Amino acid sequence: MERGGQEVTVVENAEQAKKDPSYLKALTELVYQLADDDFIISFRGAEWLGLAPHIEEDVAFSSITQNTMGHAVMFYELLEELGEGNADVLAHERTLEQRRNGIYLEKRNGEGAYHEEPYYDWALAVVRNYFYETFKKIKMEAISTSSYKPLANVASKALMEQTYHLAHWKMWMNQLQHATEDARERINSRIEEAWSEFEDVLELGSYANDMLKHQLISSEDYLKEAWLKEVGVNIANPPESPLGKKYGSGRNGVHTADLKQALQTFAEVYNSDKKAVW
Amino acid sequence: MNGEQGIANIRSVLQTVDDPELPSVSVLDLGMVHDVTLQGRNVMITMVPTFAGCPALDFIELNVKKAVEDVEWVDTCDVHFTFEHQWSTDAITDRGKEQLKKHGISPPPENYQPGDEWTVNCPFCGSDYTSMENVFGPTACRSILYCSACRNPFEAMKPVVSLTKS
Repeated sequence: MERGGQEVTVVENAEQAKKDPSYLKALTELVYQLADDDFIISFRGAEWLGLAPHIEEDVAFSSITQNTMGHAVMFYELLEELGEGNADVLAHERTLEQRRNGIYLEKRNGEGAYHEEPYYDWALAVVRNYFYETFKKIKMEAISTSSYKPLANVASKALMEQTYHLAHWKMWMNQLQHATEDARERINSRIEEAWSEFEDVLELGSYANDMLKHQLISSEDYLKEAWLKEVGVNIANPPESPLGKKYGSGRNGVHTADLKQALQTFAEVYNSDKKAVW
Repeated sequence: MNGEQGIANIRSVLQTVDDPELPSVSVLDLGMVHDVTLQGRNVMITMVPTFAGCPALDFIELNVKKAVEDVEWVDTCDVHFTFEHQWSTDAITDRGKEQLKKHGISPPPENYQPGDEWTVNCPFCGSDYTSMENVFGPTACRSILYCSACRNPFEAMKPVVSLTKS
């Protein structure tokens, strides 16, 4: 297998990966990022259930969300194989500091709360999901030739399905940008906001160099540039300011109160009886 | 029972295990069974998942295991899902396609390439005078369409193919 002209040393399974501590550390960090990103965006997607702008969108958004949570499960199961513990425990019990998702992805859907008065913002849903799915495609493509074979397999699987998700959000993005003045303004203000917060989603955290060295994924610079280029095609007026990570880097375990709220809600039933079998 | 007969026997049993969300379409006809191997009276089945987020997978695993372990000569059956081989809608058999139609679901197009235009014929009347209502349907693998010829709503299996396929 080749990656950027370089020969890749394939690691076939978890047992083989565990033999090299430096490889194992870089690999598990990367997989935590992938798992936690898909997990939290699916959680925010699930909070839209029954609230989407129309019934067909409700079907579409919940289908995408369910499938993305399925991708998170695949990644948590890879971590289980690598000796990180049970997949359900990894999803439910890890503390804020142990979470590796990009901070922008944990942002609340808008004002209010699901069980009370959810004044959620559709422009945020569209911009966030479009930006995320665009990046996910780039990242999955980069990982589909990863040195860790089980991860490369999962990435190829995710790519085959994710193409429908990306097409969906791209359609919303294009339609709203060319709709009424109100729609344009709302989308633009969410784009501005995302621009100052999205950067850590595009990054790989403090083990980025090891990930590259072990041929697990491409460089951060490549990923970032590819994303900028791709969204540049679909945004009418990209912000001129540089990308930022206003709240720090989720890749290194920095998070906001919004993630705390999400995890509390998500794990509420689980915490009430951890031994329950579903 | 020798190996070859045994495997044929197991495959005929798998022909009776349906996808719980697609009654009358067996997991074998859906192309989900990658491999069946025997070690004496123990059966190992490698399956490929359709959609990763499909909640039916756990039930399918249980149903397959149960059906095979009900076979008289079988002691144990291990079912394992693999991502090494990717499921694509091309794996659905001709019989599977016929059964899907009976269920009001159009089978996926043949030899579909990513980016190709996807035309869908109505599973009831065969007309191609159809329109897409929603790419996403009641399950991850299905879309919702409408036939303007016979005026029936229907579903279709989304084409799922590898992007790197040549």
